[in-house]
Amino acid sequence: MPIPSPDAAERIRPAATAPELIRNFCIIAHIDHGKSTLADRMLQITGAVEERDMRDQYLDRMDIERERGITIKSQAVRMGWQVGDTPYALNMIDTPGHVDFSYEVSRSLAACEGAVLLVDAAQGIEAQTLANLYMALDSDLDIIPVLNKIDLPAAQPEKYAEEVAHLIGSDPADILHVSGKTGEGVAELLDVIVQRVKPPQGNASGPARALIFDSVYDSYRGVVTYVRVVDGQLSPRERILMVSTRTAHELLDIGVIDPEPTSTDGLGVGEVGFLMTGVKDVRQSRVGDTVTSQVKGATEPLAGYRDPKPMVFSGLYPIDGTDYPALRDALDKLKLNDAALSYEPETSAALGFGFRCGFLGLLHLEIIRERLEREFGLDLISTAPNVVYEVTMEDRTVVTVTNPSEYPDGKVEEVREPVVRATILAPSEYIGSIMELCQGRRGTLHGMDYLSPERVEMHYTLPLAEIVYDFFDQLKSRTRGYASLDYEPKGEVAAELVKVDILLQGEQVDAFSAIVHKDKAYSYGVTIVNKLRKLIPRQQFEVPIQAAIGTRVIARENIRALRKDVLAKCYGGDITRKRKLLERQKEGKKRMKMVGRVEVPQEAFIAALQTSEDGAK
Amino acid sequence: MSPFGVYVHIPFCARRCGYCDFVTYAVGERASWGPDGGAVAARPAGLQPETYATLAMREIELAAAAHVEALTLPTPTPLPATRASTPPAPAQPALPPADTVYFGGGTPTLLGPKPLVSILDAIRRSWGLAPDAEVTVEANPDSVTERDIAALAEGGVTRLSVGMQSASPSVLARLDRSHTPERVPDVIAWAQAAGLDTSLDLIYGTPRETMAEWCLSLDAALACGVRHISCYALTLEPATPMARQIARGDLPPVDDDDLAAKYELADQVLTSAGLPWYEISNWATPGSECRHNLGYWRGGQWWGIGAGAHSAIGHERWWNLRHPREYGAQVEAGNLPREGHDTLDAQARATEHIMTRIRLAEGLPLPPPHDSTLSALATDGLIDAPALAQNRIRLTLRGRLLADTVTRALLT
Repeated sequence: MPIPSPDAAERIRPAATAPELIRNFCIIAHIDHGKSTLADRMLQITGAVEERDMRDQYLDRMDIERERGITIKSQAVRMGWQVGDTPYALNMIDTPGHVDFSYEVSRSLAACEGAVLLVDAAQGIEAQTLANLYMALDSDLDIIPVLNKIDLPAAQPEKYAEEVAHLIGSDPADILHVSGKTGEGVAELLDVIVQRVKPPQGNASGPARALIFDSVYDSYRGVVTYVRVVDGQLSPRERILMVSTRTAHELLDIGVIDPEPTSTDGLGVGEVGFLMTGVKDVRQSRVGDTVTSQVKGATEPLAGYRDPKPMVFSGLYPIDGTDYPALRDALDKLKLNDAALSYEPETSAALGFGFRCGFLGLLHLEIIRERLEREFGLDLISTAPNVVYEVTMEDRTVVTVTNPSEYPDGKVEEVREPVVRATILAPSEYIGSIMELCQGRRGTLHGMDYLSPERVEMHYTLPLAEIVYDFFDQLKSRTRGYASLDYEPKGEVAAELVKVDILLQGEQVDAFSAIVHKDKAYSYGVTIVNKLRKLIPRQQFEVPIQAAIGTRVIARENIRALRKDVLAKCYGGDITRKRKLLERQKEGKKRMKMVGRVEVPQEAFIAALQTSEDGAK
Repeated sequence: MSPFGVYVHIPFCARRCGYCDFVTYAVGERASWGPDGGAVAARPAGLQPETYATLAMREIELAAAAHVEALTLPTPTPLPATRASTPPAPAQPALPPADTVYFGGGTPTLLGPKPLVSILDAIRRSWGLAPDAEVTVEANPDSVTERDIAALAEGGVTRLSVGMQSASPSVLARLDRSHTPERVPDVIAWAQAAGLDTSLDLIYGTPRETMAEWCLSLDAALACGVRHISCYALTLEPATPMARQIARGDLPPVDDDDLAAKYELADQVLTSAGLPWYEISNWATPGSECRHNLGYWRGGQWWGIGAGAHSAIGHERWWNLRHPREYGAQVEAGNLPREGHDTLDAQARATEHIMTRIRLAEGLPLPPPHDSTLSALATDGLIDAPALAQNRIRLTLRGRLLADTVTRALLT
């Protein structure tokens, strides 16, 4: 029940709560399985949010999160809850729900002792949830399995309880049934969290050590860092130290989110809250790093910190070249809040000035692109996403290629590409078509586990490059949307890769160069060449379009020369219409990109790039 | 002073042709709205052709009376900054007598000779007609009789331009033209007998027209003994029945390569018959060029009379209301029936100068220095290198077909 009295509330005052009265938990769920709605209900039932302040997806701060129904940035909320005579402080740590952010998920899990495994009672468990569940089990979290949306007519709680129980080795009867929508079962769930999740343990008298599990830039307050105190105590106005970067900061504010930021007298062992230091850049306050006191601080960092590593690259170009400075400013701003985003200027003969950007994955790319377009009002072209290749030359020099047009000339000894370990969860009737898809994408099957007679978990090794294209889309369409996918990097392997260049009248069009498996070079070449033939208007001379590997042409089409473009007459002396037409054409010409002597409308590049990208969306 | 022409638009046709999106209104056969058969009077256009002639005459009176400076409609938007350096358009002196008059359409001869002559008289009374004025009337082969032609000649018309379009019955049928090709030589003979200069209009590139049919049309036109021939590529306008037929796949699309080949054939056939090109779409025996037409391309001035007609006087360009009923209402109220207008700034004048003069065989005079764009155009065979050496931009045959490419290159 909600905290009944001020006396009870006093026992769980921040910075003065005994660890045994604290429960830190997260919710592991697939997108759409109702995590945000359940969180909303918890906030209401515990009284953390007054009825009149309630709004949907209370914790999701960004428009994109709300619209896509996904949580990008995790948050931590402190709620009071009384069981019997004892008040407890519950910290709910909201985890990102997508594969691209699995590192952030792992840090969120490291800040908890328990996890609510939330499964849609109408859909069953999904691959990403499963991956996060395994991660939680690895971290020794207490798992509380919950079936959500039991109010839905299509809910099959018995069936999926069976499946979940099988997965975590428990009894189907132990699985809670809730409805985030109606609130049914939520109070009971809060009781169970108190009962089953172990309280935090830490050395209260030792030097302070707190784990950063999230770091958010806020234009008013600077970077807000979310931490879980493991040992010792952090106090207001002390100087703190980031262990990995060895940078010290003044602590301007410290507190908890309940669910609005509230300053406290500090944070003690096991507590979860926020720090503000006035720094302007999340890179100075990185997820996974350890915070300690500058004076008599800890020397040993908490385990598990790692630098975010971009896996997928794409060139982002403003459609209007004059937007280049605005794009740079916008990326600078997004970077403040996203330590995983990397970018550097690049120039494309076809697309002008832009940036080669590195992302954690395809969703990360899409979110960044969408935010650039929406929040900064930019119109962008993005080149087909690619991965990082390691090219070893015959003279043993090694070149790292993040942009296909930088692929080295000369004798190549070996090309290595990143591969991932992929888990696909799907109804078993789709095994055949999934295998067919993965085989076409150079996948290797490592085995299958049946979660139930109808549901199967398939394990594959796949080149990342094959996934960043349109894999997920294909998977969804082949399984009527039932399959789900999770993957994690599994190193690099050598592969027979070649670079395919596209030439317009002998001039290379950098935006279309691609590194592809040699068996797919031909089809890539033919596809792009055909696309361009349709998209590029006829010129006054013939324009050959070729796809080539090195000097070897593998596909060719011609754009026939334009023979006539003149209007026969100007009816009744209407030369104004003709002049305006010419003026429009002249304006249009300004937006033409010259490839050698060939005028290519920017729209052609966009269309050619987009169609190849369409599949990925 | 630049020559002054009057264009009179007659927006009526016996029927609407499938390729035409011009300002025309089908009124049925002329006989049916003659004095005895006035039953067809109220057509969708809502205006009788007889009434239309009266309106045109009234508009001519209004136009000639209007002080040219008053023509500029008030512009609510402030002048853009770039215009500041452009000197204001000089006040136009009163217009000179018309050097040329052109009755176009539509099918002007549907009005019958009398109304046309009355309109010409109105021009003579208002602006005046130069002593050697060229007065052209467009005609469809089946819309004129020998008597009509004689009456037109009597009334001061000097030139008849006949819409032959094709010698092939199947092409004519696809164009929705109702005349039989056999009538064309008769019409030309009547006109020549009446002392009129004659011209034929041809259309090439109609879907399914063969090269042989086109060649036959050219020969048939030449066989009529005309000294002026216009060849227009079929221009497909989106809102026409033919465009819809093509969109449905009932007709093959108009093909630019086919048009280019037919243009080249026309140029060859007509040139060797003694009719060299003088404008992209016009060929004539030297001395028989259409002066009205030349006025459009040489920066002349013209006043368009009638629904949807366009005018160019000084730096002003304007166009009349397209619908005859709205047009009529304005004229009857004593107003110039203008729908919109445009005042050319220096930039627009430069554009117009290039895009019009470049269409002429005499070319576009151009003082040196000549930049790399020009030498590139010459290298590409789009403009004539010897003419360029004499400071003229003159399109080659290839350049005529790509005149828009050349114009765009010259504009940037």
